[in-house]
Amino acid sequence: MSLYTYAAPSQFYRLAGQLTPWFAWSAALLTGVGLYVSFFVAPTDFQQSEAYRIIFIHVPAAWMSMFIYLVMAFWGAIGLAFNTRLSFMMSRALAPTGAMFTVVALWTGAAWGKPMWGAWWVWDARLTSELILLFLYAGIMALWASIDDVRRGDRAGALLTLIGAINIPIIYFSVKWWNTLHQGSTINLTKAPSMAQTMLIGMLLLAVAAWFYTIAVAFIRVRRLILERERQTEWAKDILAKEA
Amino acid sequence: MPPPRISVHDLACARGDRLLFKGMNFTLEAGELLLVQGGNGQGKTSLLRLLTGLARPEQGEVHWCGQNVTRQREVYHAAMCYLGHANGVKDDLNPVENLRFADGLQGRPFDEVKAVNTLKSLGLERCLDLPCRVLSFGQRRRVALSALLLAGVTLWILDEPLTGLDVHAVALMESLIRDHLAAGGMVVATTHQALNLEGVKVQRLLVGNVAIPDLTE
Amino acid sequence: MHRFLLAVLRRDLTLAARRRGDWLIAQFFFVIVASLFPLGVGPEPEMLARIGPGVLWVAATLASLLSLARLFEDDHRDGSLEHMVLSPEPTVLLVLGKALAHWLIYCIPLLLIAPILGIQFNLPPDAILVLEFSLLLGTPILSLLGAVGAALTLGLRGGGVLLTLLILPLYIPALIFGAGAVDGVMAGTGAEAHLSLLGAFMMLSLMIAPWIAASALRVSLE
Repeated sequence: MSLYTYAAPSQFYRLAGQLTPWFAWSAALLTGVGLYVSFFVAPTDFQQSEAYRIIFIHVPAAWMSMFIYLVMAFWGAIGLAFNTRLSFMMSRALAPTGAMFTVVALWTGAAWGKPMWGAWWVWDARLTSELILLFLYAGIMALWASIDDVRRGDRAGALLTLIGAINIPIIYFSVKWWNTLHQGSTINLTKAPSMAQTMLIGMLLLAVAAWFYTIAVAFIRVRRLILERERQTEWAKDILAKEA
Repeated sequence: MPPPRISVHDLACARGDRLLFKGMNFTLEAGELLLVQGGNGQGKTSLLRLLTGLARPEQGEVHWCGQNVTRQREVYHAAMCYLGHANGVKDDLNPVENLRFADGLQGRPFDEVKAVNTLKSLGLERCLDLPCRVLSFGQRRRVALSALLLAGVTLWILDEPLTGLDVHAVALMESLIRDHLAAGGMVVATTHQALNLEGVKVQRLLVGNVAIPDLTE
Repeated sequence: MHRFLLAVLRRDLTLAARRRGDWLIAQFFFVIVASLFPLGVGPEPEMLARIGPGVLWVAATLASLLSLARLFEDDHRDGSLEHMVLSPEPTVLLVLGKALAHWLIYCIPLLLIAPILGIQFNLPPDAILVLEFSLLLGTPILSLLGAVGAALTLGLRGGGVLLTLLILPLYIPALIFGAGAVDGVMAGTGAEAHLSLLGAFMMLSLMIAPWIAASALRVSLE
């Protein structure tokens, strides 16, 4: 076990370093193509005119924001169960990106809401859920920030992520229910009326791009974390000496 | 029931990213005292917390009667009592109430006569009705020691038991340790102060790399 | 096992009885926060009745949160928490006992005050009854989730504020179901659906939160 826990970060450090450029370039390329398809190829919606195009960014961001949270909970659970330090680092590396996508989803949602609903903010079920998700991300990152001890921080953060992940479906359901009872808007942000094929392609391209971007950024962060935590070891010292 | 024995195997402990010690091995049998020595910040308290099971080792195992303590937490904790820097004494309760709840929390029935006698034998007869808030530091330490005696467990783990005690209290502590060992108990203790431990089988363990002068007279 | 639970409960109740000041602060906080709203939004009876359920629910939540930060903190400082965790009894029971004690000490009195505030907010009698029932079902959730938060933030700088940040988002469903039940009975749609969902959420918290809190406690004590 000790061999595994000590050796794995150094190997992963190298592997992540080799893979990062591939993911980064793919993300850039896919973003370019995806944006082109979404903004120039996809037809204008007759009901919502050009403003609907913001869903090409909003929907992938909303997907990623929730998906990243679940991945964090997954890594946290693995870390707690098998005591693998790399899993905790993955969880930590993902959180800022998850929070970023949540903010993007909220921001694009607001920007879309202005022409559609005539208000920057509407207590729509999806937007409200995203807002609560942002609170969850904020809580986890605040907890990490206030715990100096790495080991305790890893575990405490993982436990909080887990209880949040159990709670997310309940939150989502309750907010949706609350929304229907209080007569929310009938226009739904995710359902562009009669989705044309090109629209779907554009959205999928950008979703995959968001995936690759997330992986690339998470790898960069995880490499930083590994170096920081392994700075006592010989191989990390070598790398730090070369960088300096 | 195998004879009580605590042993550690290849124990390593890290605080943050600093390795405090590694490859530690020792075995302690009934009637023996383990005196843990070392400078400040060398890992004495961390070692004790590993032994109690409060902290998990970076590497290695702690065994009680030949079995890993994580596999028999209940058995081990029923046989062990830890006294750290803080006394675990509630300020709002009087000494007798403190002992009552200490017993309740360990799942033991409470014997009030025995508790009062123990408190009296430690020189607290005049404090029985007072909230512990008004007691002196040494007196509160004696309340904690009463709880230790009443627990009736085999293994005592004591972190700096002599700190802040006057000469009489130190002598009392020494006699308590001697009696406990004579009755087949075991003690693991850290201390900075000299201990009078005639006729006691003492093992010494140096934690960290700072040389410590001989502390037993 | 039940003896241990009772011991934890009796201990915390005794300690609370010795320190009535802390206990009164939480109850006064509830009254003051709820009384601020009519001053802030105006005294029109119809509007107060509309916002009443939500306001009382939020105020009750904040009042019981106030005391949660100290759920383990006092015992941590004087070392008795370590003794309790090192007991041969399961830590889950310790958490359960402490959460239950918190609920009895801080939340039950809120239930006694809530009807008076309900009258101030011009709520009809049947709405007050449902409010009581929803608080009865909903406040244990806060004690249980709060135990997780208190265990995670044990001994941290600004633990109290952090606890609020961690726990309130998780508590939103209880607020929605609880305040929704009172709204429902006032709108004539009935409160049963809300109350059963609230009850289900309470049972789920009861099944999951103590285990997570116990793990968190061990992590924080390491």
